[in-house]
Amino acid sequence: MTEQSTHPSAGTLLQEGGGLSPRGDWTLAHYATLKRQVERLAQAREPSPHGVDLERLAALDTAGAVLLMELVGAEPLAAIDDWAPDLPATRRALLRTLGEAMTDRQPPETRPGRPLRDTLARTGQLVEGLWEQQRQLLGFIGQVLATLATIAWRPGRWRLTSMVAQLHQTGLNALPIVALLTFLVGAVVAFLGATVLRDFGATIYTVNLVAFAFLREFGVLLAAILLAGRTASAFTAQLGAMKANEELDAVRTLGLDPVELLVLPRVLAMMLTLPILTFVGMLSGILGGALVCLLALDISIIQFLSILQRDIPLNHFMVGLSKAPLFAFLIAVIGCLEGFKVSGSAQSVGEHTTSSVVQSIFVVILLDAVAALFFMEMGW
Amino acid sequence: MSTSREPLIRVRGLANRFGSHVVHEDLDLDLYPGEILGVVGGSGTGKSVLLRSIVGLLRPSAGSIEVFGEDLQSLPAQARSRLERRFGVLFQRGALFTSLTLQENVALPLIEHAGLSRADAEALARVKLALAGLPGEASVKYPAELSGGMIKRAALARALAMDPEVLFLDEPTAGLDPIGAAAFDRLILTLRDALGLSVFLVTHDLDTLYTACDRVAVLSRGRVLVADRLDVVEATDDAWIHDYFHGPRGRSAQRAAHSVEDP
Repeated sequence: MTEQSTHPSAGTLLQEGGGLSPRGDWTLAHYATLKRQVERLAQAREPSPHGVDLERLAALDTAGAVLLMELVGAEPLAAIDDWAPDLPATRRALLRTLGEAMTDRQPPETRPGRPLRDTLARTGQLVEGLWEQQRQLLGFIGQVLATLATIAWRPGRWRLTSMVAQLHQTGLNALPIVALLTFLVGAVVAFLGATVLRDFGATIYTVNLVAFAFLREFGVLLAAILLAGRTASAFTAQLGAMKANEELDAVRTLGLDPVELLVLPRVLAMMLTLPILTFVGMLSGILGGALVCLLALDISIIQFLSILQRDIPLNHFMVGLSKAPLFAFLIAVIGCLEGFKVSGSAQSVGEHTTSSVVQSIFVVILLDAVAALFFMEMGW
Repeated sequence: MSTSREPLIRVRGLANRFGSHVVHEDLDLDLYPGEILGVVGGSGTGKSVLLRSIVGLLRPSAGSIEVFGEDLQSLPAQARSRLERRFGVLFQRGALFTSLTLQENVALPLIEHAGLSRADAEALARVKLALAGLPGEASVKYPAELSGGMIKRAALARALAMDPEVLFLDEPTAGLDPIGAAAFDRLILTLRDALGLSVFLVTHDLDTLYTACDRVAVLSRGRVLVADRLDVVEATDDAWIHDYFHGPRGRSAQRAAHSVEDP
């Protein structure tokens, strides 16, 4: 490297009278051209130090040394002191070290690709992984419930501080975004209702539409989906980083239970948070609807409220709210479990965070559909 | 080492403060071409912070850092990137890319900067991994599958990928077994001799100091107390230096080094 400035010449490989004479700079900068020259020669001749003259070499770095190794072979390079004793000691040291390191090394085998088999194998792996995932989730839910049952009777082991911190992060900090989004969706639903119902001259039923939609479904669904995106991913990333940093192992070796210490406060905080956020979502969605009714349909706020009071029984509110703790439990458990599955690499943190958000949103919507069917059949 | 030559890296009046916490105050340090400079100091004296300031990861609060005669902080991004390619950095915990195999880790700068084809870059990467003392089958493994010592070696291979002129090593032998650490020291010496590298070596390993370093800089109280040949540093009148070099570990490393020199 240091010699580069004194001999600014591109490296070449000269053939003179049956011998080989590398000249100029054999450095990384000239690697591609040198490699071509070496490969052309390598077809005609076995690697050997015979007739190779290294005296005229200018600069040499490890990349150049690797090419020289292809010319003379690794073992002769390790014994360079025998056949090129006149080279400077430092250069011999480099070539010798490289030769010693590379003696008896085969390039790693690359398996030929078999597209059909690989696709089948991958499909199989995916299906099995899906099954395994559900099994693990059920097992983890059981573990969380068991831990909850054991510490429920011992208030001394309740992690109140941790839970309040989680309440703050997952609940209070999410309040503005939940309120804003449900408000906007409330307005959109009212507009839709107004447009469709106008043809029947029944625009007044827009009030019922908005109230039904938000009390029974949208309040809880929107809040749950938001928390799935916002909090499940946060849980996975937090616990995943702890796992990668061996903090979870440290917790275990200190005789503590990670489920009790880390998972339960998160799960319980979520189960408290989501009903509150659902309530806020219902209110602000109905408010959005009321605003549209006032501005577009000339239904005054007083009229809106009196229709609410007259037409909407309490059980719709209870139906909506009753789903919140269940959704919260599943979102938190999925987020934490995916965090535990992280395996150290940055790639794996990304994969599991994605998986936790996708799974929790999927579970929320699936359960909501099942619940809608159930409540309808029950006539609630 | 002769001090008459132009230094490769010239740090003048460096100050680093984090809030009210002062790490460096008016720190001067030179790194000369072809030397191995050991940087020692107690925990929390800012050895790693100094390294991060020099390689440009941390903007110092005050002072100038000249690298190859140019001020890294004031260079435009492109010129800076070209300059940074002449550095090789080995981080304390390896900092290998966890989503790439070892050979891909080492091949990455070769593909990006040297414009090599993937096959060429990976072949060259395997040689560098072998040079760093890793077995052949390790080159297709991921960092998560390796032991701490192997990660250190792979990180050295990546630091050497571009055949840098200056090698920054942050505690390279920490976490290696003594045999591995001694081999690591020898490897650094061989590479320095063969490639004319300059090495900035942050270390706690007294054996490394005695076997590999040409000069030693001692960091204490925010500045460089002394930066000179080991025998001069050892003789410096300072309580910390005395404890460091003349404590039980210092003495045994000293004896080992001397017994190698004159058998």
